[in-house]
Amino acid sequence: MADARILRVRVDGERCQGHNRCCALAPELFEADELGNSKVKGEGRVPAALEAKARLAASNCPEHAVRLSHE
Amino acid sequence: MSRHAPVADWATDFDHRDPRWVEDPFPIWDDLRKRCPVAHSKRFEDGAYFASRYDDVREIAYDSEHFSSRRVIVREKKIQPQPAPPITSDPPEHTPARRVLLPPFTAQAIAKIEPHTRAICRELLDKLAAGRTADGAVDYAQHIPVRVIAHMLGVPEDDGDLFREWIHLLLEVGISDESVILPTLQKMAVYFGVEIEKRRVKPCDDLISFLLAARVDGQPLSPAHVQGSLRLLLIAGIDTTWSAIGASLWHLATHAEDRRRLAKEPALLPTAIEEFLRAYAPVTMAREVVKETTVGGCTFREKGQVLLSFPSANRDSAMFPDADRVLIDRAENRHAAFGLGRHRCLGSNLARMEIQVAIGEWLARFPEFRLADGAKVTWSEGTVRGPRRLPLALG
Repeated sequence: MADARILRVRVDGERCQGHNRCCALAPELFEADELGNSKVKGEGRVPAALEAKARLAASNCPEHAVRLSHE
Repeated sequence: MSRHAPVADWATDFDHRDPRWVEDPFPIWDDLRKRCPVAHSKRFEDGAYFASRYDDVREIAYDSEHFSSRRVIVREKKIQPQPAPPITSDPPEHTPARRVLLPPFTAQAIAKIEPHTRAICRELLDKLAAGRTADGAVDYAQHIPVRVIAHMLGVPEDDGDLFREWIHLLLEVGISDESVILPTLQKMAVYFGVEIEKRRVKPCDDLISFLLAARVDGQPLSPAHVQGSLRLLLIAGIDTTWSAIGASLWHLATHAEDRRRLAKEPALLPTAIEEFLRAYAPVTMAREVVKETTVGGCTFREKGQVLLSFPSANRDSAMFPDADRVLIDRAENRHAAFGLGRHRCLGSNLARMEIQVAIGEWLARFPEFRLADGAKVTWSEGTVRGPRRLPLALG
C-alpha cells in the first residue's frame, strides 16, 4: 500500500547476533562492524526504491533485530 | 546392525543413534512437534530431552540461566566438561571469549578466502571430470571445509584424514563410547602444541598466531584457552559444512527441476542455499540443565542433557509456511541453522561462502547429475547430519 511517510530502518544492537542476513540482502542499507554485527548505513532513511529490500532484510533476520518504522 | 535397543516410542525413549532416525528423521520430528513436543530418553546419563518446536528451541537457546553450554554434546555417559571457548562458555565468560574470535570470521575477512576456496573446488572437480560417476560426499564435499580451515589455521591441508578421524571419534563414536574421547583430545593437544611452539618462535599470518597474539583485558589467553579454541575451530567447521554441501548436492540430485533452474539462474543460488540450510540444517546443539525450569509445558530437571534441534525447528509449520516443502526461491526465511542467540555459529559467514562456492562451482561443471543407479546413500550418525556416501551419475 502506498504510504507517504518515510520508512526508517534500524538494527537493535541488543538483539543482533551477527547473522548478517540484512547485509547480504540489502547491502545498500546495512553493513557489518569490525566484530561482524550489523549496523545501518547512514541515517536509516530508506529510499522508496529500497523499501522492498528493507522489508526483505527485516523478514529474514533470525533474531528479529531489524526494525522498520514509519515517520 | 544397530548397537542400541530399538526404539518403541520416540516421545519417551528417543535415540538419535537409531538407524531409522539416522536414515530419515523428518517423520519422527514431525510427529514429535505435533503431539509431544519435548521428547525424553533415559538412554543418556541424567536423562536427555529433545526440543522439537521452533519456539521452544528459541526459548532454550536464549536462556543461559537455566541451560548451560558447558556440555554441547549429549553422551551416554557424561565426561568431564572439556572447555572449547566460546562454544562451551556461559555468561559472563562467553562475551570476551567470543569477541576475541569474531574479527577473523566477519564477512569481509571471509571474502578474502573465497578465491582459495574456489581453487580447491575446481581442483577437486577437475579430478571428477574424467569419470561418469563420483561420490559427492567422499570425493568432493568432505575435502572442501577441511582444506579451507587448515589453510586458515596454517596447518597442512593434507592432514585432512587425521582431522576427519578425530571428528568421527569425538562426535560419532564418542556418543556411545566415551573411552575414545580423552585419547583423541590428547592427540589433538599434541598436534596443536607443536604448531603453537613453531609460532612462538616465528609468528605468521594465520589463526594460531592470531590466538597467541590475542589479548583480553591486556592479558594473553591461557594455554588451555588457546588449545580449546583451536579444537573448536577445527571440529566445528569441518563435518558441519561438509554435511551442508553434501545435503545440498543430495537435494539437487533428487530434484531435477530445482537443479535445472539453479544451473540456469545462478543469481538464485544464495536464496536456494538458505533454503537448503533451513530444510537440511546439519547441526543440533546441546545444553545442560543447571536450574530446573519449564519450557513448552515440559519440566527440565537439573543435570538433564538437552538436544536443541535446529533442524526440527526449521521444519516447524507454526514458523514456516509449507515447512515440509523445499522452495528454492523462499523469500522469507528466518531459519535457525546457525543457531539463535549469543551462540550463533561463529563461522556462519565462512560456511555460507564455502557452500555457495562449492555448489556454484559444481553446477557450473556438472549441470546434469543424479543419484547413481542403485546408489546407497548413507547419512552420518549423531548431532551433525549429512550424507557420508552419495554416489552420483554425472552428465
